[in-house]
Formats: sequence, C-alpha cells, structure tokens
Amino acid sequence: MNPAVRRWVFVAGAAGLAAFYLWGLTGLPGFGSYPGPYGDIINRVAVAQTNATGVVSAVNFAYRAFDTLGEEFILFAAAVGVSVVLRHLRGERQRPARDESMDRNVAPTSDAIRMVSLILVGPTLVMGWYLATHAQTSPSGGFQGGVMLATAFILIYLAGEFLVFERISPLAAIDAAEAVGAGGFAAIGVSAVAMGLPYLTNFLPLGSRPGAVSSSGTIALISFFVGIEVAAAFVVIVSELLEQTLLSRQESR
Amino acid sequence: MSMSGCAAVIPHSAPLGLMNVLQVTILILVAAGATAVVLVRDPVRQVIALSVYGVLLAVLFLAFQAPDVTLSELTVGAVVVPLLLLLTLAKVRRREE
Amino acid sequence: MGVFPFVVVTWILAVGLYGIVTSRHLVHQIVCLIVVQSSTYVLLLGVGYRRGAAAPYFSDVSVHTPAVDPVVQALALTDVVVEAAVTALLLAFAVQAHKRFGTLDPQELVQFKG
Repeated sequence: MNPAVRRWVFVAGAAGLAAFYLWGLTGLPGFGSYPGPYGDIINRVAVAQTNATGVVSAVNFAYRAFDTLGEEFILFAAAVGVSVVLRHLRGERQRPARDESMDRNVAPTSDAIRMVSLILVGPTLVMGWYLATHAQTSPSGGFQGGVMLATAFILIYLAGEFLVFERISPLAAIDAAEAVGAGGFAAIGVSAVAMGLPYLTNFLPLGSRPGAVSSSGTIALISFFVGIEVAAAFVVIVSELLEQTLLSRQESR
Repeated sequence: MSMSGCAAVIPHSAPLGLMNVLQVTILILVAAGATAVVLVRDPVRQVIALSVYGVLLAVLFLAFQAPDVTLSELTVGAVVVPLLLLLTLAKVRRREE
Repeated sequence: MGVFPFVVVTWILAVGLYGIVTSRHLVHQIVCLIVVQSSTYVLLLGVGYRRGAAAPYFSDVSVHTPAVDPVVQALALTDVVVEAAVTALLLAFAVQAHKRFGTLDPQELVQFKG
C-alpha cells in the first residue's frame, strides 16, 4: 500500500471516527456545567476527614491511593524496562568514566549556560523537595516534586559536568532509592493491614488543624515516598540514555 | 513562601466573559500547536515544537483551574521529555556517521 | 462554548493519528503519540470544569466555595508523569530497533519479521 493510498484510507476512517466521537462528546452535559455528584461530595468532606486542604492530593493518596500505587508501579516498570533494554544493548563491559571530550568535535558548553545551570541547581532542589513534602496543603505532591528533583540532576549534566553527574548518581544507589520509594508506598499500605484496617487506610494521627505541614496522616508520608521514587526513576532513565550516547562515541572511533 | 494563595492566582471571581475569552484563545492556540507539532517532519525541530506545545498545554490547564496538573505538565512536557528525545536522536544520529 | 473544547479534543486526536499513520521516522511517530495522549488530558479537565468555580484547594477560602472536580485532576496528574516514563520506554525500543535494523523508517521496519 503506497503512501498516497494509505493517506486516503486514513482520512476516510478518521472522518468516520471523528463523527462518532463528536456525537458522543456532545451528549455530555456541556462544558462548564458539571453536574456532580462525587466531585461536590469530596470537596465538602475531604478537609474534615483528612485535615488536608489540597483535595487533589487527598484524592490521590487517600481516597484513591490504590490507583496511585498502580500508576507508580507503571512508572517503576517503565524505568526498569529502559534499564533492561539499554543495558543489554551495552553489553557486559564496565567502562571507566573519563573525559572523552578530546576526540569530540562539539563546541564546549558556553559559560552563560554553565553559570545559569549551576546557579539554578540549588533552588530547583529546594523547590522540588518543598513540592514533594507539602502535598496536603497546596498544589504540590509527590509526582511533581519528584520530577523537579530529577530536573536538578539534569541541570548538572546540562552545565557540561557529565563526570560530576555520573559520580553523584551511581546507578546502584539510584536503583536502590527507586526501590525504597516504590516499596515504601506498598509498605505503608501493608502496615495498615497489620493494624487490622483495610489496605492503605489513613491510620496515622491527622494533626492539629487542616493545612499544617504535619497533618493528614499517611498522605504526607506517601507523597514523600512517591517523590523519591519518581525522582530516582527519571534519573535512571536519563542516565541510561546518556550512557548510550557516550558508548556510541567510543564505538565509532 | 506560601503557595496557598493559588485561589487568588487563578481568579475565579474574574468576570465570566474574560475567563471565556482566555479559555477560547488558549484552546485555539493548543489546536494550532498540535497541528504544528505533527506537521514538522524533522525530529530535532519537532522537539522544540513539542516543548512550546507543552507550555501552551500548561497555560490551558491553568485556565481550567487545575494548578497541580499545570506543575506536572510544565516539568515533564517542557524539560524531561524533550531531553529524552534529544538524547535518543543524538544516539541514533551518531551511528549514522 | 458548550461544545468547543470537545471539538478541540477531537481535532487534536485526529491530527495526532494522522501524524502516526503518515510518519517516516520512528521518533516523529513517538512525538505524535504524545500529542494523542495530550488530547485525553484536555478531555478529562474539560469534563470536570464548572463555570465560575475555583481550584479545589481550601487553605485560604472556605470549604463551601464552589470548586471544580478534583477526581479528574488527580487522574490527569498521575497520567502526565507516567506517560513520560512510558515514552522513555518506547524511545529505548527505538534505539534498539535502530541498532538491529539500521533504519528508523516504520514503513521499512514492517518488512522485518522477528
């Protein structure tokens, strides 16, 4: 089937699909007229029940914590998959990390980029940590905080310091951190079972008043572990791809 | 520093007409951005288009009163995914040399 | 205005699918897949929106302020981060395919069986 025929077959099929899709979507109650009911119910009871003022995080880590556990393990499996596919590609050789920039004909990192990246590493770390540990009070949470923490590591690489990046993120330690994060979430749920409650019940003391940092029981704890896991997963993925680019340079010599 | 003033950052008490205009504008921009991302054929240039599209999506999520999703989309769509794509393209390109 | 966001969702879906079908480079295809996924985020948030309502965070407003639906926001939030990791897995497969077959053109790759 040559490309032109493929294109026309697609247009015919897509027109039909779009027609049915639009017909279904116009059956919804219209944009802006949300009928409820569960959104209104959760908004009304969440603050009283969990002492968390960030209702989205309360939904993620308390009301629907089991779904979040599943999503976190999708992330974990994807990071493990990237490791498996790319490490197998690399073979069993263990290369010492050394500066191979002599043989490359790429432009050196400009000083402006180096300065800005290195200056931003500190604030990014602090901001990421803040986001990961304040899930219950404001728009933050383990997922966003974890990605921002991983971004701090990436900034070090972007500043041209790949060797520093490799030294501060040894793959064995990052793998362990990822496992601790994923296992910690599951373990919190299991410790609820050990106390005779259903899995992942919010059993820790809820704190003094809504919105305090130490409030909301297991929500803050789970968010902390999720932050560690997401950060470690993305650092693993980026490390693996970076090793691949270095490896191909070595092979092509 | 407190982020609890988010309800004031996204003014829900803004006049409805103004909020409507913002949402319609950003929806049109998102549709145009998606078309641009698909129609750019060179992968390296497409990565830049994807980064801009990620920022447009983040503004859209903000206009829909969802600051958490905005944070996620901003960090993921504008930084991490373009970096992964560029690393893959570098790896693939070097083998072709 | 009642149906315009859903028209945009359908448009993004169709455009992304067009990119996947007519692509000649595996990484270009993966980016078009990202575009298709983003249409679902817009759909989720569009379904939960209530006109004139605030974001569902009650640290400085009273609990009885009308707010948008938090459940779809929770779904979209985890969705965004997890799809990035799945994209990384797809990119790893693309690297593997390039190493084994030497080409990244999906219309040539389909001829290799196994």
